[in-house]
Amino acid sequence: MTDPRESFEITVDGRAVSVRRGQTIGAALLAAGIRTLRSTRFDGRPRGLFCGIGMCFDCLVVVNGAPPQRACVRTAAPDDDVTTHTAEDRS
Amino acid sequence: MTAEVVVVGAGPAGLTAALEASAAGCAVTVLDAGAGPGGQYYRQPSISAGAPAPELLRRVDADRFITVVQHTTVYGAERLPAGGAVLRTLGPDDIAGRLVAPAVVLATGAFDRVLPFPGWTLPGVFTAGGAQALVKGQGVLPGARVAVAGTGPFLLPVAVELACAGARVVGVYESSSMTGWIRQTPAVARNPSKVVEAVHYGRVLARHRIPLHRRHAVIAADGGDAVDAITVSRLRPDWTPIPGTQRRIVVDAVCIGFGFVPSVELALTLGCEVRIDGYGSPAVSTTDHVRTSATGIFCAGEVSGVGGVVLAEAEGALAGMAAATAVGCPVSTGHRRSRSRERARAAHFAAALEAVHPVQPGWTSWLSEDTLACRCEEVPVRRIREAVRDGDARDLRSVKLHTRAGMGMCQGRMCGPAVAGLVRDGIGTPPKDADAYAHRPFVVPVPLSSLARGIPPEPGPPNQIADG
Repeated sequence: MTDPRESFEITVDGRAVSVRRGQTIGAALLAAGIRTLRSTRFDGRPRGLFCGIGMCFDCLVVVNGAPPQRACVRTAAPDDDVTTHTAEDRS
Repeated sequence: MTAEVVVVGAGPAGLTAALEASAAGCAVTVLDAGAGPGGQYYRQPSISAGAPAPELLRRVDADRFITVVQHTTVYGAERLPAGGAVLRTLGPDDIAGRLVAPAVVLATGAFDRVLPFPGWTLPGVFTAGGAQALVKGQGVLPGARVAVAGTGPFLLPVAVELACAGARVVGVYESSSMTGWIRQTPAVARNPSKVVEAVHYGRVLARHRIPLHRRHAVIAADGGDAVDAITVSRLRPDWTPIPGTQRRIVVDAVCIGFGFVPSVELALTLGCEVRIDGYGSPAVSTTDHVRTSATGIFCAGEVSGVGGVVLAEAEGALAGMAAATAVGCPVSTGHRRSRSRERARAAHFAAALEAVHPVQPGWTSWLSEDTLACRCEEVPVRRIREAVRDGDARDLRSVKLHTRAGMGMCQGRMCGPAVAGLVRDGIGTPPKDADAYAHRPFVVPVPLSSLARGIPPEPGPPNQIADG
């Protein structure tokens, strides 16, 4: 059984995703099989992690209602509420 | 304690610079954007596996005259009249800061050079460096069936790391023939550790039955919401695909890298001169290997020319010594000389690398008109070609003004090499302003709120000056 101090859960689009302490949100989502993180403004095409080091800004997700952050550099925290922003969600 | 030398970047070059400056008697502050020191080459796992850190990191950690400040990005800087600079920083929670540095060592590294191909924006396509960051840093695989493609020796450690972490690596697709290494025997002979490294990678690839396909490239990726297959092709020496050699391969991840582009943005904002390297990218110009054209500003590592870790650490040592000397802490000539010899050997290898793995112009024939050249602004190749052909756009800047390519959040880092290739197709020569997208007043996107809130009045890290 995994030590509860070593892993915890975050919520992604309403569903629970397990995270290992120290992991980034991007890595946790990828490990959970979530590869699409957003849709593009004009063409509505799927994007996910690309450069993995915070340079490309493709992996933007909304965390706890704050302006979009790069999933690949944002370390996950317990109870983080993540929204993978899709074009249809935008009002 | 007043910091006398500030190092930007805690990778191999920056940390080596910090150790040398400290050994000479300086107090050193290292500013690093990441979660922990090491840069890309010494990236540490975010989840501790109990393995000891590399010696360089342990020495810095033990050195009480070096302070490493993580999660801190230098987004801007201004030169000081007497030398050095004021550095503008964005720290944790996007809080702005300001640091006066009489001597600065820029060790900002480099990022993967990427070239577009149809389907490259699909989730499941990663840069080679990104794949390495995921495996080494996060313990996560980019996919279960992975292709590694591009050019340059970096593809080998990435493929090896993926395989050792449990991915099925279907192949390494190297666009060059690699036969150029035969002409580089002097450089290789001076750097025998590189031969040892290459043999090691060869052995691991063989053990995992991973084929290395020279003169091959991934010329397309397909899938609905994510990659589920790629098309690979054999290439001519100019990198145009040979008809009839295309094969479709099922994968769920592709890792792409065509060498590295130096992160020169901060150096440019300080007015440092740059040169264009053999790959067409800007690199900081230096005299004595580590002096920039700005007084009190030194640089080391990939930022002044891509050459790998041994060169980065040798330059880092020289830059640390030069910075220390600039603030009045002298360094022994004998010590400097031995580091200079290391640097020369490693630089020889770096030059060889450039000769064997250049980017050949035929890659633009992989493109369809709908392929996005600029990911951020969703600018298709068609629009860039129209701007060059009909709009008289002859350089990076005018393409940007016509099409918005380069105006997005990545600040032209991803699309710069691609736009340069498309301009070159149109006008017959490389664009004169290859560094155009790298000239920025803010070298990373900065939230307006950070600027509006200003710098907090309470004292922060050493030498941080509160705004009056």
